[in-house]
Amino acid sequence: MWAELAVTAAKLLAVAVVLLTCVPIMVWVERRGAAFIQDRLGPNRVGPMGLLQPVIDAVKLFFKEDLTPGGVNPVLYTLAPMVSMFVALVTFIVIPFSADAGVEVFGVPLRGIHVAPDLGVGVLYLLAISSLGVYGIVLAGWSSNNKYSLLGGLRSSAQLLSYELSLTLAVLGVILVSGSLNLQEVISRQGPELWKWHAVTQPIGFIVFLVAAFAETNRLPFDLAEAETELVAGYHVEYSSMRFASFFMSEYINIVTISALTVTLFLGGWQVPWLTATLSGWPLLLVSVAAFAAKVAFLLWLFVWVRWSLPRFRYDQLMQLGWKGLLPLAALNLLIVGVAMSQGWM
Amino acid sequence: MELAVFYVAAVVAVATGVIAVAHRNPVVNVMSLVVTFFCVAVCYALLAAPFLAAAQILVYAGAILVLFLFVVMLLNAPLPATDQPRQLQRVFGVAAVLLVGLGGAALALVAAPGPAIPPAEGTAAAIGRLLVGPHLFAFELVSVLLLAALVGAMVLVKRKA
Repeated sequence: MWAELAVTAAKLLAVAVVLLTCVPIMVWVERRGAAFIQDRLGPNRVGPMGLLQPVIDAVKLFFKEDLTPGGVNPVLYTLAPMVSMFVALVTFIVIPFSADAGVEVFGVPLRGIHVAPDLGVGVLYLLAISSLGVYGIVLAGWSSNNKYSLLGGLRSSAQLLSYELSLTLAVLGVILVSGSLNLQEVISRQGPELWKWHAVTQPIGFIVFLVAAFAETNRLPFDLAEAETELVAGYHVEYSSMRFASFFMSEYINIVTISALTVTLFLGGWQVPWLTATLSGWPLLLVSVAAFAAKVAFLLWLFVWVRWSLPRFRYDQLMQLGWKGLLPLAALNLLIVGVAMSQGWM
Repeated sequence: MELAVFYVAAVVAVATGVIAVAHRNPVVNVMSLVVTFFCVAVCYALLAAPFLAAAQILVYAGAILVLFLFVVMLLNAPLPATDQPRQLQRVFGVAAVLLVGLGGAALALVAAPGPAIPPAEGTAAAIGRLLVGPHLFAFELVSVLLLAALVGAMVLVKRKA
């Protein structure tokens, strides 16, 4: 039992460290990518190609003054960034970053890079925990004693609730086919062939999920919670120093998590067509981790790409799209999948 | 170790439950209720009912209480004036708490523990089979009830003032 606990703790630590390392890399990619798309240079002074810029930014954030504005509720004001970070950091334990290769380390079964491989309700757990993320934003908006923050928080809670429905409905289609809530089984059910991946078999569900994922992570074109041009910075306008950084980091970690979930549910997870089916042991572990990372990296780039290509929705357009566009589409996808399954086409 | 987790979850659940009732700030009330529900979900998970635990967080903590919070913030109700509750209210309140609390504790001590439920009963598949099998009628009934609530809400909203 202690050996298993140690392995789980090691995996937890490793994945958390990698996720947190993704944040500065993502910030760099975002700033350089934005510059590339807008035909400018971007940060290129600190380190080779500006790679050390996020490090400098982190140092700056550490040493900034941590202000608590007057008239705020200090407990809730402090709690809000913690909630955001907590939610961002505990969702990833159900994500299978590699195949269950059955490898051992010092005689202790390591299996794969998957913190909680036996959790039967994997997808549900992830959706449940990430549905708590809205509290961080709402509390920050309310407790800041600032009308822009409050508007941002309220908008955001309405947006998250609306798009969570479409997201969950889109996931249901995948669950129906997989017959399991465990993400590792969802992957293995997609098979090594490309045309069995759910992005191919359920294109509508895939698109709905992807759009809802952008909304759930508060990214452009759905970043109504922040909306710099009208709400200054929305819910975190009063925050400074590391409390601001907590919101910033949790946003990027959420992007990584939702990309990993998209890869797992729709893009075949860690599988490489025809290759991973022939491997086993350590080679399988390494190849599957690399394949997973490559797919996630592509989706992360997609997030950046979309952010700097599309303008922000108006609030009523956002609600129209969520309730009148995505929700019926997600239901339609579920209907199609149900009919196809009952007819034995899937 | 499970016992330790249970005690932590139980103590936090009771403590935040008390805050949810007693605190004067409605936002704090809602937030402590969130923590209470979270701890109850932990207890479900310890009872080998992972599906119930996830559903508890997803539905209650993640959706319904967000709506509560939404309403509380939109109303932005001023903190209630510090008027003292009437003596009779206090007496009845304390009596009710004692009755339910002590009665529940007594029941728990007296009642013989039932047979252990196999862990497979708590999985999503088992609950799904129960819902669309023996309890199909009740399941459909609940969905009609929810539909009625939806239609009612629409009618109320669309009504010309």
